[in-house]
Amino acid sequence: MIISKQWLLDDAPKSRMQAQMGRIYVVGLQLTRNPLAMIGAIIIGALIITAIFAPWIATHSPIAQNLGDRLLPPSGEHWMGTDELGRDIWSRVVFGSQITLTIVLLVAVIAAPLGLIVGAIAGYFGGWADRVLMGITDIFLSMPKLILALAFVAALGPGIENAIIAIAITSWPAYARIARAETLTFRNSEFVHAIKLQGASSTRIIAHHILPLCTSSMIVRVTLDMAGIILTAAGLGFIGLGAQPPLPEWGAMISRGRVFILDQWWVATMPGFAIILVSLGFCFLGDGLRDVLDPKHGSE
Amino acid sequence: MRNLLNIDNLTVTFPTNNGPVDVVKGISLSLGRERLGIVGESGSGKSMTGRAILKLIRSPGKVKADRLEFDGIDILSQSERQMRSIRGARISMVMQDPKFSLNPVMTVGTQIAEAIKTHQKLSAQEINDKTLAMLKSVRIENPERVLGLYPHEVSGGMGQRIMIAMMLVPEPDLLIADEPTSALDVSVQAQVLDIIDNLVTSKGMGLILISHDLNLVSSYCDRILVMRAGEIVEECVASELHAAKHPYTQGLLAAMPKIDEDREWLPVFEDMSGSQT
Amino acid sequence: MSGIHIKNLNVSYGDTTVTHDVCLDVAEGESLALVGESGSGKSTVLKAIAGLATQWTGQIEIDGVARTHSIDRGIATKCQMVFQDPYGSLHPRKTIDATLSEPLQIHGIKDQSQRVIEQMANVQLDERYRFRFPHQLSGGQRQRVAIARSLMLGPKFLLLDEPTSALDVSVQAEILNLLKRIRLEQNLTYLVVTHNLAVVSFLCDRLAVMRSGEIVETANVSQLKSNKLEHPYSKELLQASRNHTSEKENV
Repeated sequence: MIISKQWLLDDAPKSRMQAQMGRIYVVGLQLTRNPLAMIGAIIIGALIITAIFAPWIATHSPIAQNLGDRLLPPSGEHWMGTDELGRDIWSRVVFGSQITLTIVLLVAVIAAPLGLIVGAIAGYFGGWADRVLMGITDIFLSMPKLILALAFVAALGPGIENAIIAIAITSWPAYARIARAETLTFRNSEFVHAIKLQGASSTRIIAHHILPLCTSSMIVRVTLDMAGIILTAAGLGFIGLGAQPPLPEWGAMISRGRVFILDQWWVATMPGFAIILVSLGFCFLGDGLRDVLDPKHGSE
Repeated sequence: MRNLLNIDNLTVTFPTNNGPVDVVKGISLSLGRERLGIVGESGSGKSMTGRAILKLIRSPGKVKADRLEFDGIDILSQSERQMRSIRGARISMVMQDPKFSLNPVMTVGTQIAEAIKTHQKLSAQEINDKTLAMLKSVRIENPERVLGLYPHEVSGGMGQRIMIAMMLVPEPDLLIADEPTSALDVSVQAQVLDIIDNLVTSKGMGLILISHDLNLVSSYCDRILVMRAGEIVEECVASELHAAKHPYTQGLLAAMPKIDEDREWLPVFEDMSGSQT
Repeated sequence: MSGIHIKNLNVSYGDTTVTHDVCLDVAEGESLALVGESGSGKSTVLKAIAGLATQWTGQIEIDGVARTHSIDRGIATKCQMVFQDPYGSLHPRKTIDATLSEPLQIHGIKDQSQRVIEQMANVQLDERYRFRFPHQLSGGQRQRVAIARSLMLGPKFLLLDEPTSALDVSVQAEILNLLKRIRLEQNLTYLVVTHNLAVVSFLCDRLAVMRSGEIVETANVSQLKSNKLEHPYSKELLQASRNHTSEKENV
């Protein structure tokens, strides 16, 4: 089976997989026509590559201290200068990408499916299931993310794992609301009636019919949220409750660099640039995905 | 007497993934103060023709014609501002579903009043009187009560009649009705069409009735144009529809089941748009 | 008792009762039309029989078995439904193959691929459409898929809710022919809801006229054709339809 452009755009696919891949290809093609989305994709791609190949991209060890070389400005030797313990900032930023990516992926993997399932069940069954589940959702939704994360981390102790769990707990309610809204739209569609008539159980209907229709908006929302997640993680790191030293987490780096910001601006600003760049990347990509996946644009 | 509408070689093109597609392919027609029916199936280009006349086709669609003239005015060269004074005042359009063409958050009375205010300066009392008169002209009893209702509170047939009243407030010269009764029950269809018919003939207006329903169009129009895949394939006088010459029209007429049907199978013709349906 | 038998059916949506003591008998193998205008309750009766409208009192019996108020897997193999809107009744993200195989999966029936191919041939849908998505098919093709789907479990009874009203005239003719042929070949029983009396003449043996939730008359289609309906409302309906079609062929 040769995967060629012709095979993907084949008018009469010979298998379900060919049909699905063809569809993804067409959607992907449309995405490439959006320049901002492509910029976003490149940034995120760079983030991933940097995270994977960090040991080769970094010039120094991220945690090796060299007190003789403290607070050096950016130069040929240290591309982004050094921090207050003589550590190379470029290498720390590069290795920090691993932490950022881990946080963002784990939160997405925990919060999104949880929210999706809760929302779909609430939307599909309605009645008291809806009220109970949405009540719980609303409770979590009403708590400010940072404060809940603070409380969580304060209770369980600082550290990156607890920061991730804390952020995930505050993120899933939004996804539940979206999934519920989408489910309400489709719940009374004729294709749902049709499959009910065939004897399908509620589980099958939710899992095979409703959830696939929620994925588009979910993908868009998660991508757009990633910027916020990064900032929340950075915020936690900033107040010392996220990743602990000597881990090169970007937020913690900004926090340490705050003290030197007037004279040695690079210590805080370099990781700041990194955060801005990656957040922008996720925003552009998310916007592009929304334009392409939103059914109102007739992309199907 | 000058023709209301003169169209020569009208083409409407839309870009698609496979290159530009002509949805209307160089059609020509003329209309006096008469009732013209344009009939076709989906994809025939009939609705696009109606919209082209009102210059409602926006980019990425493109409209080209050798001549697209309404009452001597060259539509293609009119600016958007000039078109705004033509639309509604001189050419009006009634569309298919009043659920979607009436503003759901305004009462019926407010919407009709708005239509009046757009084109005339009248006192509040005069506007109210005129609104009631318009509602009566579309045979709505209790117009005072209907004034205060919202669109979702009236039936489909009444909603469509309100739409017609609104569209005829400025007394246009030409009315384009695009599937005005497709969303209505059979018994109500006749009522609404009778109203359109009456108003059109009493005011000496021109009417273009666009529909997929051959029988409907033959009952309410003087002339019929049959469109298929962007082209006009037949033009005939309404009363002679049953003697249509083009095989497509004959095929359409034959394919419709009749109330006193006695055929075992309906005649079907392949190659409607070049592919199996 | 075979066939479908309905007694004193009162279907409600919330606080409103939409049908009033409806009694109807559909003999096995016949084709009965439920005609009426919008709001007459005809689609509601169909939904109650199918199990999609659950708030009703009275009796509904399908093939000798009284039905419960909600979905019944047993009934799914006996009685299926074809919906009006070909654009809404197919899941937009599933290939035709997936849509047609699903009923078989639910009931654990083997050799799904073979059966899918058979049904597609039965409704005259070319095999090249098998792995396409609904938005890549025309209205007539989607309706064929909907019909094929309803036949996958081999039901004896088919409920048809305005099966051709959303289709163009030429496509309607093909689908009507298809429905007639299938019924004759497989000896199916049809309950057809429609407002189009010409369709009734072509496809059905008997008709029941509904108005405001009640059946006002049941008659043979021959009475319809020879203009011998009795109830004043039926006559009105017939007259409106005749005017509409103008039957100018007789001029």
